[in-house]
Amino acid sequence: METSITRRRRHELIIGAALLLALALLPLPISDVYTRNLIIITVLFAGLAQAWNILGGYCGQISLSHALYFGVGAYVSTLLLTRLGIPPTIGMFAGGALGGLMALLVGWPCFRLSGHYYAIATVVVGEIGYLLALNWDWIGGATGINIPYVRSVGDSWLWLQFRINKLPYHYAALAFAAVAWLVAWLIEGSRWGFVWRAVKDDPVAARSLAVRIFPSKMAAAAISGALTGIGGAIYAQYVGYIDPDSVLYGQLSILIPLPAVLGGVGTLWGPLVGAAVLIPLSELTRSYLGGSGSGVDLMIYGGLIILVALARPQGLASLIGVRVRAPRGLDSGADDAAAA
Amino acid sequence: MPPLLEVDRVSKSFGGVAANVDISFDVRAGEILGLIGPNGAGKTSLFNSISGEVTPDSGEVRLAGQRISGLPPEQCSLLGIARTFQVVRSFDSMTVLENVMVGAYARLSRTRPAMARALETLAFTGLSARADSPAHSLTPAEKRRLEVARALATEPRLLLLDEMLTGLTPVEAASGVQLIRDVRARGITVMMVEHVMEVLLPLVDRVVVLDLGRVLTIGAPTEVVRNPDVIRAYLGDRYAAA
Repeated sequence: METSITRRRRHELIIGAALLLALALLPLPISDVYTRNLIIITVLFAGLAQAWNILGGYCGQISLSHALYFGVGAYVSTLLLTRLGIPPTIGMFAGGALGGLMALLVGWPCFRLSGHYYAIATVVVGEIGYLLALNWDWIGGATGINIPYVRSVGDSWLWLQFRINKLPYHYAALAFAAVAWLVAWLIEGSRWGFVWRAVKDDPVAARSLAVRIFPSKMAAAAISGALTGIGGAIYAQYVGYIDPDSVLYGQLSILIPLPAVLGGVGTLWGPLVGAAVLIPLSELTRSYLGGSGSGVDLMIYGGLIILVALARPQGLASLIGVRVRAPRGLDSGADDAAAA
Repeated sequence: MPPLLEVDRVSKSFGGVAANVDISFDVRAGEILGLIGPNGAGKTSLFNSISGEVTPDSGEVRLAGQRISGLPPEQCSLLGIARTFQVVRSFDSMTVLENVMVGAYARLSRTRPAMARALETLAFTGLSARADSPAHSLTPAEKRRLEVARALATEPRLLLLDEMLTGLTPVEAASGVQLIRDVRARGITVMMVEHVMEVLLPLVDRVVVLDLGRVLTIGAPTEVVRNPDVIRAYLGDRYAAA
């Protein structure tokens, strides 16, 4: 049965595969370490923003606690490695599982609130997580944890450690972003995707069509949190050192959704486009204008974000012909109250 | 066999204001039942009690003998009650087809059958040509139709229509009437709130008249419009004697 929806989805898959190939080849001609690092971080954030997009974009729940799930993933995989000697390729799935579980724990009380109240509650929960980690000596406290290079095995995919040539980290980040994208694509075409968007657009109407609001939000949170946790574990291996100020800090909970918001919430390409524009932009403003201590780089960066938000409230992805959804999604509003 | 829907001594107050007082009537399988009354008579409140949005303070609602009052809307939907809203509630970030698919997913968990059901429902409601349009781009009449399509996609036994024909042009209203007849011909029982009497009266089998939260009278349309109490409720005491 060929319909507009099946046709569109096939095109998306083809473009996605082509993009994956292009991104796989992208770092090969680049030998400059700085640029390669920039590409890795950009790809990683494309994946993280996509993970956030599953809860924040499709389901419309503006979560500002994703640093928590990112941090849980980073800490769990790192602690499994340092305490039990479990390879991070296994540890990252444990980190993802606990990230998802943490998202469920946060969702259980917070999804009883709606709209802005939900968003504020998640900010508070994220801060609690940060402060707990900061004062918890067993996991390194404020000092953090150094991730050891396991000398006996050398550079290894199983141990996700690469010292001689950092290129494999690019493929790890790319695999992560590709999986996040594929999960979003699968969700868009499944019952969940439809139901979640209904929850975002109008919870009262959704309930009248047999949609159960709370379980829908919990499912979105679990998937979003799990993917974010996996991203955290990969990041930890890449940077080789974690502490609360690098994987659990509050600003990270803004940085993760930002590409999705500017690129286009609730769209397949928004987080990608947003990350491709934002991350290099923030790096370039910092390297060219930062360092003076005057904060000019952040002013320019913030100004550009405001400009995009004003000129393209539906997201940058709409510029390249991505289907634009009504610019209404960010706040599902007071209607939620009855549903919670 | 019990009637399809029994409203049994239902009362509901909101902060001291009695919206429904001791309301009882039956809806027979296969009929089109009109629910009329002046503004504030409690029509939408009663709809909300039947579809699960609110729980009656006392009394109960039964669907095919089974008590449904107190169940949440999502369960009422699964048991076979579908509704439209007085103020249209389309999913505006989705296309028309996607809107109807949300309804179809109520009984079908897989996408392919849900899409087939949605397309079939769009054809039935005359919205096929708009399948790929964003829901927010529809005309008011089309949006009302979309709500009906979405509700029908859940495969209901009872369809509640809240002022589906209000605010439409005469041509649009006439095609809306035809749609309601087609829905009934499919074996779906219809209960509708409507203000436009000249459209409603020829369409319905029976009318329940509410006034100030109570049932004023129940009967065939021709009887009801001659009832002095109904005339008084609508037009005031001066006209009742005439």
